[in-house]
Amino acid sequence: MREAATPWERLRQMLITVGPGALWLGLFVLIPTLIMLVASLMSRGSLGQLVPPFGLHNYLRFFSDPLFLEIIGRSLWIGLWSTVFIMLLGYPLAFYIAQSRHKEVLLLLVVIPFFTNFLIRVYAWIVIFQKEGLLNGLITAFGLPPAELLPSTLAVYVATVYTYLPFFVLPLYAAVERIDWSQLEAAYDLGARPIRAFWEAIFPQTVPGLFEGFLLVFIPAVGTFVIADLLGGGKVTLIGNLIQLQFGSAQNWAFGSAASMVLMAMVLLGLWLYARTQGEKGLDKLV
Amino acid sequence: MEPTLFRGRRERKLGQNLAVRLEGITKRFGDQKAVDNVSLDIRDGEFFSLLGPSGCGKTTLLRMIAGFDTPDEGRVIIGGKDMTEVPPYLRPVNTVFQNYALFPHMTVEQNIAFGLRMKKMPRDEIARRVQWALELINLPGYEKRRTDQMSGGQRQRIALARALVNEPEVLLLDEPLSALDLKLRQELRVDLMNLQERLGITFIFVTHDQEEALVMSDRIAVMNKGRIEQLGPTEEIYELPKTAFVAKFIGDSNLIPAQALEPRKVRTALGEFVLDEEDALTPGQEVLLSIRPEKIRLFRDKPNLPNVFRARIDDIIYTGSENQYVLLADGQRLMCETLNQDIQEPGHEEFTYDEEVWVALTPEKLVVIEGGVEGSNPYA
Ligand SMILES: Nc1ncnc2c1ncn2[C@@H]1O[C@H](COP(=O)(O)OP(=O)(O)O)[C@@H](O)[C@H]1O
Ligand SMILES: [Mg+2]
Repeated sequence: MREAATPWERLRQMLITVGPGALWLGLFVLIPTLIMLVASLMSRGSLGQLVPPFGLHNYLRFFSDPLFLEIIGRSLWIGLWSTVFIMLLGYPLAFYIAQSRHKEVLLLLVVIPFFTNFLIRVYAWIVIFQKEGLLNGLITAFGLPPAELLPSTLAVYVATVYTYLPFFVLPLYAAVERIDWSQLEAAYDLGARPIRAFWEAIFPQTVPGLFEGFLLVFIPAVGTFVIADLLGGGKVTLIGNLIQLQFGSAQNWAFGSAASMVLMAMVLLGLWLYARTQGEKGLDKLV
Repeated sequence: MEPTLFRGRRERKLGQNLAVRLEGITKRFGDQKAVDNVSLDIRDGEFFSLLGPSGCGKTTLLRMIAGFDTPDEGRVIIGGKDMTEVPPYLRPVNTVFQNYALFPHMTVEQNIAFGLRMKKMPRDEIARRVQWALELINLPGYEKRRTDQMSGGQRQRIALARALVNEPEVLLLDEPLSALDLKLRQELRVDLMNLQERLGITFIFVTHDQEEALVMSDRIAVMNKGRIEQLGPTEEIYELPKTAFVAKFIGDSNLIPAQALEPRKVRTALGEFVLDEEDALTPGQEVLLSIRPEKIRLFRDKPNLPNVFRARIDDIIYTGSENQYVLLADGQRLMCETLNQDIQEPGHEEFTYDEEVWVALTPEKLVVIEGGVEGSNPYA
């Protein structure tokens, strides 16, 4: 029998096991968030520096101006629809890859875009969408008038879906790969027709992967600003653009911080709602 | 069809109706025939086993009865109806899968209720039947458990309950015991037999374990390389193997090459042997004689019996309940088993290494296998 650990020993063990993770979280998540929280409560000085007085004025400004509410509404809207499109494309794709004989090749194809810088990939879409671009070349070749594709919301959607699709497919693929397909046969055997069998026997097993993929896609899709900047022109301002503007040319870090905090609060609210609906299991799966 | 030689161990009244009839079933994967022209009839209420080594096509055949695969040739008739093209969800059969294929995201209760729910049965009726099934498999009180928290034996029984609760006409079992350890396997054998007898449901039981098939079945079809080597009542399969493969695969057999001299007399490397009056060979014909190790008799003094020859005890394998002797006679090795009874009467003596003994092969116990030595090693 081992002697019970002394409190000191237990603390030491905890530091070794949990320590590095806690340190990482503290340095790169907790402290920056705290700094931002403090900044969001300050004011903008004449040179753009952070100065007192402290107060909730940045938040009041954000929520009282319909323009900002519209921006955040649009961000959520575009983020949500992009995510929906990604799920519609990615769900069957993950299954297709998982059952394919060439899954390694297909997975590689999914990952390959990561080898190219994100900005360059967005610029590539400009080449495709611009007035004399590839797409219009194709359209005019059929004798149709060229389309005004840039800047447009459509272009923002297409590029967002393209950019974040792999983030959805990979976790879902991991979930699908683990599924024992004889369960589908078991469902047939017990009287379920194909769609019912899939829905009852297979789909529930993909829900954790589905949610994981949703988070990995929805959060960055809501917060993105590069795609909207380059492909949406001045037409599409998202919350990401707003924040970037405040930290950039507008030089209002305090207000930018407040906008960031609002975005973060909304994401956390979403997570919390999901965890609530799934009970403890949901929280387990999340972590 | 009725065995004349052997009385059924379990004197059972089987229905006259056919539960399943397979007509000339062939299934190819690429060039290879996984199932090759298989025809058989399975009667109502029968415990029927498909027995054969791994890869011989048992699962493939079972899958075609379940409806997961369609045969390239032949017909599957279940309950008198041609169901060759009918999808699994419309067939009156249920399957216990080799890996159980329980739904991991459902509780025990939800697993068992699945089939009834698909039939849109009222809730209270479902609850009643699930309860019945849980008692049947001796797991009442486990309704809310998750299946991944249960032991292999328990999971096996849940898979059984999930299938049986639907009251199928035929239950298909694909090596349902192979993942369990020996003790549990032996217990569940008996449970399965009792269950089958009580419910009167036709069982088609796939196994590669010959002992399992012998213990449980009314009839056995021995399969090899996609074909049925022999089909018959359990005792007949053991006592009268028709091929060298069957003789070797089911239990142990000594195979002795022989050439017919007269209709009932052969010459072998061990001497000339007389056969049973049932046998009628053409002189000159090459055959194999098969005799089970436990049917070989050993004597210290020369007995006054037919088919007697000398042999040396080359090895002794002690298994507790038996003494297994490896005999060497004229370069031919024979396996012989005697019960470890600790008595020294003639015919029951115990022997030592290198002892010279008299061996007697009783004519009625010598089974003639026509068609040569081909396939005599089931593991080749
Ligand atoms: N889906 C399949 N595709 C290709 N070959 C298969 C498939 N299923 C089974 N086989 C082949 O058919 C033969 C019989 O397999 P199976 O019916 O599983 O044998 P058993 O159940 O007796 O071990 C084997 O050689 C196996 O490799
Ligand atoms: Mg098999």
